[in-house]
Amino acid sequence: MAGGSRERALNWFLEPMRYSFMHTALAAAVLVGLTCALAGTYVVLRRMAFIGDALSHAVLPGLVVAYLAGWSLMSGAVVAAVATAVGIGWASQRERVREDSAIGILYTGMFALGIVLMNRGQSYRNLSHMLFGDILGVTTGDLLVLLAVAVIVGGVLLALHKELELTSFDPQHAEVIGLRAGRLRYLLLILLALTVVAGVQAVGVVLTCALLVTPAAAAALLTERLKTMMALAAVLAVGACVAGLFASYQFRLSSGATIVLACVALFLLARLVRAWQRRTT
Amino acid sequence: MSHPRFSYSHRGHADPVPGAPALALRGVTVWYPSAARAALDDVSVTVPVGARVALVGANGAGKSTVLKAVAGLLPVAAGTVQIFGNPVGACHHRVAYLPQRTAIEWDFPITVRRMTVTGRYVHLGWLTWPGPRDWEIADQMLGKLGLAELAGRQIGQLSGGQQQRVLLARALAQEAELLLLDEPLTAVDAETRAVLATVQQELTVAGKTVVVATHELDRLEDHFDQALHLHDGRRVEGARAELVS
Repeated sequence: MAGGSRERALNWFLEPMRYSFMHTALAAAVLVGLTCALAGTYVVLRRMAFIGDALSHAVLPGLVVAYLAGWSLMSGAVVAAVATAVGIGWASQRERVREDSAIGILYTGMFALGIVLMNRGQSYRNLSHMLFGDILGVTTGDLLVLLAVAVIVGGVLLALHKELELTSFDPQHAEVIGLRAGRLRYLLLILLALTVVAGVQAVGVVLTCALLVTPAAAAALLTERLKTMMALAAVLAVGACVAGLFASYQFRLSSGATIVLACVALFLLARLVRAWQRRTT
Repeated sequence: MSHPRFSYSHRGHADPVPGAPALALRGVTVWYPSAARAALDDVSVTVPVGARVALVGANGAGKSTVLKAVAGLLPVAAGTVQIFGNPVGACHHRVAYLPQRTAIEWDFPITVRRMTVTGRYVHLGWLTWPGPRDWEIADQMLGKLGLAELAGRQIGQLSGGQQQRVLLARALAQEAELLLLDEPLTAVDAETRAVLATVQQELTVAGKTVVVATHELDRLEDHFDQALHLHDGRRVEGARAELVS
């Protein structure tokens, strides 16, 4: 009896793996989870969730233009996201525009432009998977872009770990020793823009922020070390992406929404663990 | 008005000019953006090498502004600031700045030990990680300030006095020649006060220059060689200084 249920559980995972598109999707889930968790740790610690949400919405016109022009969707998203990141950094340096206002104006404007372009191109149906994500539809070309993004984001975060850490908790000391905290923030925004492009592939424009924030916020509940937080966030994000991928296949659900719900379930679990830890100490 | 430009690497730092004072401000004026009046207005100060100097004045008098201008955190609108005869930024590894506690994100997931070793970063630069010698110096400073047992704690778990001592440990780990301490005695316990007094004494013996912004007016003459009084962004002297204090 027990052997039968174990076999059924194993089949639940093995049966979809007969299809090559599942292999690509699984690799994408791992890459997206890793990238979003690493960048997301800084998003949570530096309170940049609003910026993350804004960047993900702002890639829409880039996606639509790339689709209508027949270019790679990912390239369109990269251009739109990086342009928005630079725009946010530039606008928020003006004295009379507060950063949250600059972000609010830019991202709603970009998202509206994306919707209008979708109307004009009568491509709403074809692009709806970009709004809500479709990890099962990832191509080999997309996978290579995801790999490049993961290597760039992970490599820069590793190389500049001590500078990014310092500017996150004590930007004044960073400035005193000659580091330009503003420039590092710009760099982080560009890395975040690239990360958002990866997230959009998995969970779509509307839900990417959840992938950036939820695993990192769950990890923050469980540790007080930055490196441990990054590692834990990566495990949780990859776990949620993989679980969401299989659940989406088996139950024919939207992959983006399923992945986000898996992230939220892990966050709630982390919250319970934290509450239990507090009770026992 | 332009911000001073620093290179993060210690390469290219200027040597002290022989015979120059540790700190020389001449006619320095500093404005905060959109402020109605200058935060510092034509302030001149000379601090000899090895001196212990207190900057005294009420809130808003300009004490912190002096330290921030020297540390390169604020642009100077008029006048000059020279550190060991060089302009701000030419030798910033020789200048350690201890900020007010509110400037730090204490919830950040970093340990006391790791925060202390950030005092060594000015000597490391890009793509170089703290080595055994850097960690050894950080541990020594934590020991000196009575924080060795708390080295593995997250910084937000410390009391206010302990946090102040971590900031001082980091400033000491930098092994700077000029230390700028912004209100180190505000809301700290008796133990921290005693430790700070001892450290200040040791710094003087070691020939370091210490400039402290402080509200504390008790026994100024015991702890400092000179007290510079500020009021509304200007230096005041003699009887007026007594009155303002």
